[in-house]
Amino acid sequence: MTALSDLALRPMQTQAFRLAAVSATVFLVVATLIVGALFWQTNTLLTDHVVEELRREAAELAREADASSPDEFAEKIEARSRATSTSLYFLASAAGAKRAGNLPAFPLEIAGSATGGVFRYARAGDAPGTGRLAVGIPVPVGAGQRLIIGRDVEAQTELAERIKRTFLWGFGALAVAALIAGLAIGRSVLRRVETINATTRSIMAGDLSRRVPVTGSNDELDELSANLNGMLDRIEQLMSGLREVSDNIAHDLKTPLNRLRNSAEAALRDPRGAEGYREGLEAAIEKADDLIKTFNALLLIARLEAGVVEESAETFDLGSLVHDVAELYEPVAEEAGLRLAIDTGDRIEVRANRQLIGQAVANLVDNAIKYSARVVVAAGGAGHPRETTVSVDVSTRGDNAEISVADRGPGIEEKDRDRALRRFVRLEKSRTQPGTGLGLSLVAAVARLHNGTVRLEDNAPGLRVVVTLPLAA
Amino acid sequence: MRVLVIEDDRETAHFLQKSLKESGHSADIAGDGETGLSMAQSNTYDILIVDRMLPRLDGLSVVKTLRTEGDRTPVLILSALGDVDDRVKGLRAGGDDYLTKPYAYTELLARIEALSRRAVPEEQETRYAVGDLVLDRLSHRVTRAGEPIQLQPREYRLLEYLMKNAGQVVTRTMLLENVWDYHFDPQTNVIDVHVSRLRSKIDKGFDRPLLHTVRGAGYMVRDGAL
Repeated sequence: MTALSDLALRPMQTQAFRLAAVSATVFLVVATLIVGALFWQTNTLLTDHVVEELRREAAELAREADASSPDEFAEKIEARSRATSTSLYFLASAAGAKRAGNLPAFPLEIAGSATGGVFRYARAGDAPGTGRLAVGIPVPVGAGQRLIIGRDVEAQTELAERIKRTFLWGFGALAVAALIAGLAIGRSVLRRVETINATTRSIMAGDLSRRVPVTGSNDELDELSANLNGMLDRIEQLMSGLREVSDNIAHDLKTPLNRLRNSAEAALRDPRGAEGYREGLEAAIEKADDLIKTFNALLLIARLEAGVVEESAETFDLGSLVHDVAELYEPVAEEAGLRLAIDTGDRIEVRANRQLIGQAVANLVDNAIKYSARVVVAAGGAGHPRETTVSVDVSTRGDNAEISVADRGPGIEEKDRDRALRRFVRLEKSRTQPGTGLGLSLVAAVARLHNGTVRLEDNAPGLRVVVTLPLAA
Repeated sequence: MRVLVIEDDRETAHFLQKSLKESGHSADIAGDGETGLSMAQSNTYDILIVDRMLPRLDGLSVVKTLRTEGDRTPVLILSALGDVDDRVKGLRAGGDDYLTKPYAYTELLARIEALSRRAVPEEQETRYAVGDLVLDRLSHRVTRAGEPIQLQPREYRLLEYLMKNAGQVVTRTMLLENVWDYHFDPQTNVIDVHVSRLRSKIDKGFDRPLLHTVRGAGYMVRDGAL
């Protein structure tokens, strides 16, 4: 029973069924009004027609009554009475007795009326109490006689009655059909929505690989399913990105944390006592500082990935900023036996966060110096001038400003270049280098935040990093 | 120096109180924003250290309220937030300096000492002198024992900042922020290289070094040993 009521009731609660019910009701009301109006008008028309005919005959009879004697007239009425079965007559003498006609009695309903009206009469052979409906009018025939002529309208009434019944049955059937259709549509919609719900429930339970089935009918439900699937794809992509990121972060932080712990343990075991403790603590602080640096870089990248820059953006000359930052590193480059060639054009304005762009340029120049320095050391000190130059250039190309930092270091292999720019990615090689190794990731994040790009190119030999930023409007 | 520390983490607050006492200062502690505000309003402090995220009333509101009331006590804002705009917001609210957690105590100490000095109306000194080192701010000339020293513009500004804070520790970050106006991590200790170049120009050939390295903290210009 519950299953049965469930089968019928649940679709009734659907939007589709409600819509079907409402539209069926509205249709029925409007149809009833229209048909009612038509019916009424037809009826009036027919009645008018009957009354018109009666009047014409009444006028004719009035003339004949004048032209003939009462007996002759009674005979004429008698003749007419026999001719048809729908025309009704009753001629009464002044005394009230019947003289001619096919009506069994004078219709009392219209006895006092001058204009006539509707009355009921019984035909010979009819069962008593089953009167037939007729319309009658009085005819002035003089000499104290009274004549009533009428028309039997039973057939008309019956027709009208039948039409009414047909319409009622028809409407009833239509309404039931509409409701059943609504119920059926509701059930089919419900079934598809239930499929979508079941899928989303299993996704919420943790199975992100599930997808909502698409029927291929290209209707709104299909579109909804397709959109849900698109959303799920995006979420899955973000989730796997997040997993990769947290793996990287875990690796980047756990290793130095472990080193920090190691130095604290080693200090505790140091047999020299106070002196050993001091050294251990100093090492621990140094390692904590490294850890903080890495952590800050990771946090900054994460913030940049999610952030907007508008509030802290200012319009400034990119050339002079890059020049200043590069200059900060000039003594460092010199000590490493490198030459820093800075070439920045005049007034290349961008709208950006000055500190972030500064940080990005600092990372690039710092990296360039570190990697070039290794080559210089490997070559046994001062190398050929060309091979020891780190170039920092700022130029414009189209609507973009381009910062280019090129070194003569080992470069990055082509297959690794895309990866090197990904979020939180450190290339294996960089893990053995000092620093957080997140320099390029951070540069890429800064560029992305400012709607810019980063390209890694072969400086043959070495690496050239090109950062493009949109010029200030 | 009398310091008010408005910090809700008890361990951090007590660490600061103890450390400041060891450094020769006295410190009061407020555990939430409302208490901190009323303590700052009813007492006179040389410096306020305000954490940004506080129960009841956040740090920035405390500073804003004090500033609207005309209180000009120097404020150092501490923050565990790391947003790009946080520093700007902190300074806009009326903070005088901004330090992101985690920080080194030496950094905090150097900054509040620099801040408390800045609070004393700076009589526009036209020349700084430490020992026989003289920096003339009008002619931009530097002499040591009467001998002129040639400095690059950036070296001049570096020395100017160090001499302005003579006798006080100046950290690398403070130099980067005040001499270069950079609020980012330069990865390498670039500042060390710049300072050592400056040192070679002002101390080389003299018996008494004036530009000292303070281990684990930063630098100090001072006549005499540390």
